[in-house]
Amino acid sequence: MIDLIQTYWKSYLWTDGFNTTGLAMTMWLLILSCAMGFVLSIPMAIARTSRNPWLWRPVWLFTYIFRGTPLFVQLLMVYSGFAGIHFIRHSPLLWSFFRAGFNCVIVTFVVNTCAYTTEIFAGAIKATPFGEIEAGQAIGMSKATLYRRVILPSSLRRALPAYSNEVIFMLHSTSVAFTATVPDLLKVAVDVNAATFMTFQAYGIAAVIYLGVAFLLVGLFRQAERRWLAYLQPQNLQANPRPKEQPC
Amino acid sequence: MLNLSVKDLHKNFGALEVLKGVSLTAEAGDVISIIGSSGSGKSTLLRCINFLEMPDAGTVSLNGEEIRMTTRRFGHRGPADHKQLLRLRTRLAMVFQHFNLWAHMTALENIIEGPIHVLGLPRQEAVRRARHYLDKVGLDGIEEKYPAHLSGGQQQRVAIARALAMEPDVLMFDEPTSALDPELVGEVLKVMQQLAGEGRTMVVVTHEMGFARDVSSHVIFLHNGRIEEEGAPDRLLDESRSERLKQFLSTVRK
Repeated sequence: MIDLIQTYWKSYLWTDGFNTTGLAMTMWLLILSCAMGFVLSIPMAIARTSRNPWLWRPVWLFTYIFRGTPLFVQLLMVYSGFAGIHFIRHSPLLWSFFRAGFNCVIVTFVVNTCAYTTEIFAGAIKATPFGEIEAGQAIGMSKATLYRRVILPSSLRRALPAYSNEVIFMLHSTSVAFTATVPDLLKVAVDVNAATFMTFQAYGIAAVIYLGVAFLLVGLFRQAERRWLAYLQPQNLQANPRPKEQPC
Repeated sequence: MLNLSVKDLHKNFGALEVLKGVSLTAEAGDVISIIGSSGSGKSTLLRCINFLEMPDAGTVSLNGEEIRMTTRRFGHRGPADHKQLLRLRTRLAMVFQHFNLWAHMTALENIIEGPIHVLGLPRQEAVRRARHYLDKVGLDGIEEKYPAHLSGGQQQRVAIARALAMEPDVLMFDEPTSALDPELVGEVLKVMQQLAGEGRTMVVVTHEMGFARDVSSHVIFLHNGRIEEEGAPDRLLDESRSERLKQFLSTVRK
């Protein structure tokens, strides 16, 4: 066990000497897919809650498809399946992109987390108290200002607990990346197992690292909730009451 | 000078005709109270004035400028010029029954929001304004508190300060004390009385007959979407001619 750690700790954490591997790769996958998924999901959530069927129907279909199929199946279709599609195989631009396992993984992850995040945000937007919207209209806010200043800030705050769940889910989902040859944490564990046959230890170390990251994420989101959801907390429990301005 | 003029306003919700041709005018400094039983169309009238509800017919003019309307598909009415509507809404502030403060903003942020992001004032100037109006409604020291941490009466006074910070030409109040505990009603009415005393033009939907009598310059009794009777407060409340108003007043005063 000690030997195993001494030999492979670098691979588990950040590099096997040539490539970024292990935890560093897992975190890179997580950050990249969550960040892009987040940015894409905001306009999609707005479209999802629109009254215009030409806006909400395509988004509904998108989220239905990508929440309705397993992530692993989606990855297989992109990573293995796209190679067999004539149009992609023979388009130099598309093929140079999709032949790289990493790109396939990122595209799949972004689309998948985007679908879930869109539904989370759309639910929060729908739950915006109507009176707060009317208050904005009544002082002459344009639709864009209303979204930017009232609806989105209030909904994203409301969505924070559900969104933190999605990020932790996504952390665990990154483990399917190894099937597309991306050297993430699980890939390192698989290789260590193959080299040492210390199966329980090899996977156990990966599990402990995942656990540590999840713990960190939960802590981060708790801080975020304290900060941005302070208005929901009882007054005396406010974590960071804003400092009173002192007369100078 | 004529501030607000509403002519022959009609509004239907499906088959239900809520407003059947209501007109009112407010000159600068007028305080108009609108009374009437529930379902008489009082709130709808107020909401039609700033187009939170689209009137089906009739005109609304502010300072002589008419809000232009147009008919869209399926006979839906809409503002002809959205920019004009937004501009006129900044001149017509509204205070709601349920305050409708933005829960995720502190009291101060609620008040500076409109001046900064709608009127385009620099932040410093907006904060100065906000402090001035918070002081006016008797609430210094609560700038950094969130609405959920304030009492109903304080929330409504923050909402009034928010409306005032837009420095509007007409202030509209939609049953501003109906959602308050009885002992908190007084603090809000006092602020409103003070505003009336400053010569602000106000249109107030209210169930507070004392306020209607003491503060307003004109009282309108709405019944079934029509103005049943209107006039100076003393005349209307003491020598009502219409049976319905007498009946209404007797139930309110019980």
